[in-house]
Amino acid sequence: MAVPKRKKSRSNTRARRAQWKAAPVALVACPQCRAPRRPHVACPNCGTYNRRQVIEPSA
Amino acid sequence: MPKPTKGPRLGGGPAHEKLILANLATELFEHGRVRTTEAKAKRLRPLAERLITKAKKGDIHNRRQVLTVVRDKGVVHHLFTEIAPTFSERPGGYTRITKIGPRKGDNAPMAIIELVTEPMRPVTVSRTTPAAAPAEAPKAAETAEAAEAAEEPKDAVADEPQDAAEEPKDEAKKDEA
Repeated sequence: MAVPKRKKSRSNTRARRAQWKAAPVALVACPQCRAPRRPHVACPNCGTYNRRQVIEPSA
Repeated sequence: MPKPTKGPRLGGGPAHEKLILANLATELFEHGRVRTTEAKAKRLRPLAERLITKAKKGDIHNRRQVLTVVRDKGVVHHLFTEIAPTFSERPGGYTRITKIGPRKGDNAPMAIIELVTEPMRPVTVSRTTPAAAPAEAPKAAETAEAAEAAEEPKDAVADEPQDAAEEPKDEAKKDEA
């Protein structure tokens, strides 16, 4: 079985892990209530999509 | 070779998948709307619309074919007598899927699939908007702003409150020009 020949340094490990970044979530303003919501998803604040009431708002 | 079904496979096996979709279709016709995962909603849509098309034909053969999927006779009766007549004018597109974001717990993207209840809107031909644009263009007088004029009707259709706010701006631009 193939095994690592040398111990990976802390620096190398940390340099690799420094690239693990979370991408920001795309948000648009809801045309109904102006709250930020995700595109193509019903607004969690007012519960509308295309100005049509889809769900009861959670809050 | 048969073409594989579009979309992800559901459940633990083909029989389980058939059951899931049949149960979802039954609930959809019973209640008019179902909250489920996006994947299941996307698989349910073609099945439900095929059943509604059969219900619109309305004869005993089609009823038996629907009964092989929706086992509940009461629901099938409701589908044939109440739901199908409301879709008599509609040429397909009987259901609507709206995404409602991820579920708490497993972060699964959820959606609501519902029967469309709104009456059919008359089909508007897109040629009417460019025809309206040249009518406004002579008023605008500036040929360079033709692109802006073409955009105006779209805004007017999309957002009426904004339209009122935009018009004064446009007039201000003309004055500057």
